[in-house]
Amino acid sequence: MPIQVKGEVLNVKPVGEYFSMTVVAPGIAERTKPGQFVAVAVGGETGGMLLRRAFSIYSVRETGVYGGTVEFIFSVAGRGTAWLAAQRPYDPIDIVGPLGRPFALPREPANCVVVGGGYGAAPLFTLADALRTRGCRIDAVLGASTGDRLFGALDAKRMAASVAFTTDDGSYGEKGRVSDVLPEVIARVRADVVYACGPMAMLEAVQRVASEAYDGAGIPTQLSVEESMACGIGVCMTCVLPIIGNDGQTRMARSCVDGPVFAGDRIRWDALGTVPDDAVGAQQ
Amino acid sequence: MSVTIRRQERPVKHVNVDMSTKLGNLTVADPVFTASGCAASGQELAAFNDLTAIGGVVTKSIQLNPRAGRATPRMAETPSGMLNSIGLQGPGIEIFLNRDLPWLHEHDVTAVVSIAGQSVDEYAKLAGKLRGKPVSMIEVNISCPNVEDRGQVFACDRSAAASVVQAVKRAAPASTPIFAKLSPDVTDIVAIAKACMDAGATGLSLINTTLGMVIDTTTMRPLLAGVTGGLSGPAIRPLALRCVWQVHQALPDVPLFGIGGIRTGLDALQFILAGASAVQIGTVLFNDPGAPQRISRELSEALADRGMSSLEQAIGLAHRPPEVIVPELPDPPGDVLEDELYEAATADDGDITGAYIEEEWLEDQDV
Repeated sequence: MPIQVKGEVLNVKPVGEYFSMTVVAPGIAERTKPGQFVAVAVGGETGGMLLRRAFSIYSVRETGVYGGTVEFIFSVAGRGTAWLAAQRPYDPIDIVGPLGRPFALPREPANCVVVGGGYGAAPLFTLADALRTRGCRIDAVLGASTGDRLFGALDAKRMAASVAFTTDDGSYGEKGRVSDVLPEVIARVRADVVYACGPMAMLEAVQRVASEAYDGAGIPTQLSVEESMACGIGVCMTCVLPIIGNDGQTRMARSCVDGPVFAGDRIRWDALGTVPDDAVGAQQ
Repeated sequence: MSVTIRRQERPVKHVNVDMSTKLGNLTVADPVFTASGCAASGQELAAFNDLTAIGGVVTKSIQLNPRAGRATPRMAETPSGMLNSIGLQGPGIEIFLNRDLPWLHEHDVTAVVSIAGQSVDEYAKLAGKLRGKPVSMIEVNISCPNVEDRGQVFACDRSAAASVVQAVKRAAPASTPIFAKLSPDVTDIVAIAKACMDAGATGLSLINTTLGMVIDTTTMRPLLAGVTGGLSGPAIRPLALRCVWQVHQALPDVPLFGIGGIRTGLDALQFILAGASAVQIGTVLFNDPGAPQRISRELSEALADRGMSSLEQAIGLAHRPPEVIVPELPDPPGDVLEDELYEAATADDGDITGAYIEEEWLEDQDV
């Protein structure tokens, strides 16, 4: 169950092109599983920005000098995130979490490839910790438009047996997309599963590569999607995308409570941003 | 360095205000409800609130059949508000009756079921399906297009609004209060209100969202997939309050829900003073999922601060005639006691105070 905490900023610091914020928010750390996110109120209690901003949890610390803390990564993209970047230690911050469905973990030790695009890589490191605890091998692929926008390179080198980097402009690692190097990584490490988080276009490419692996036999994926959300807790119905259910039928599922992590073969890639005609309750 | 954590709850100030309110034959212990479309069917908010401690939950509008809603983007943040264009996504009434309503009942949450149809007949069928169910009230969402009348919105036409209310009234369980939720996008909301009351509504919910839009200046197209959307949040509070004021003035005996941009207890108090018997909170839930209990507490504190012992005392209080302030003129000469006081007041330094000042502004008029 998520909780709402009126916490305090412990620190805000730039990380490459992004910012990291650590919040003292007792109760959230203890409940967090890899892939879950927090929804943060921005602009203060009387401000004009009403919608919470959702961020993947990068790390949690259950106990410590300050009590439980939660760290998330964000990019300044508008007034809300600019406000966040301007917060200072001790400033109050209202945070709800942990939210959403976490990554599913393999029951048996498996070879796992984790793929991150930009600061979408943030949730992959707690995931890697959990995978390692289960005896899994981890290989990483991190991509971004430029080297400055890669996130978590050092973390990746520490946790993964191998790391491949790609940038669109070739400023770091290989020039190209994560999906360009992923087939080679999957084949080389005999991957059993791919985990990914990043922009939808990247996730779609990852899913295509994973489904074509081993001469079309394919391997399962766990993908954390990015949809804009208003509430993060499942009541506003704005963050929906077409998802195939266990019964084979497509429904407009909420990425905040039914996701953000979905098995890649359950996402209707052909119909993203739309309501497909065969969805349950589609208007004819 | 040490960090002190602010207490999550302020120390509870002991306030003893009777917060109960009557909505037709339904009496609830608290006037704060969650608004339709902002609380799903209550389950999600139970993590953040004791839903038995507030007035109740108004469900997302229930329709006969499952509905997938509109494409995305469905939402845009706007100054002190938001636009939404969900398209009434929902599972349909059968799943609602089998899954969501039992949850509300089992958890002892007062259930107000919002219903939405595409024709008068659909509304009647929906109301009929609520017979024998644990439903405390039906709220009729008439801000829907009527497929039988070129998509005209029921709420914007007196006779269409009245036919829906009448049909619901006939089909619904006899003792269940029926509230019609009105749209502010009309020229004369009082006329619609009267039509709904004449058709048999128990009360009215004021207001639904008002239509708006945002254009994405990067793509240079409407931002919402549905082009237009419903504007909600504090941005529409003055508009909502005006509607409640006007309707209460015209129909002072009709119980009203005040809805529109309520974010604090004082916002809620404005609606109560304008004539609402209860309030619904919507968009604020996205900002603060713990808002229902917070606003309820703030409202009771605000009433106590104003010396009131019950919510009822505040309902419509802003409509009372202005108090006539009579200047305290001195009594006519000859009143010994007053004269003595006057002398006492002026004895020290001969300064003119009190009575004389009153007379200075009573200017003699030329005849």
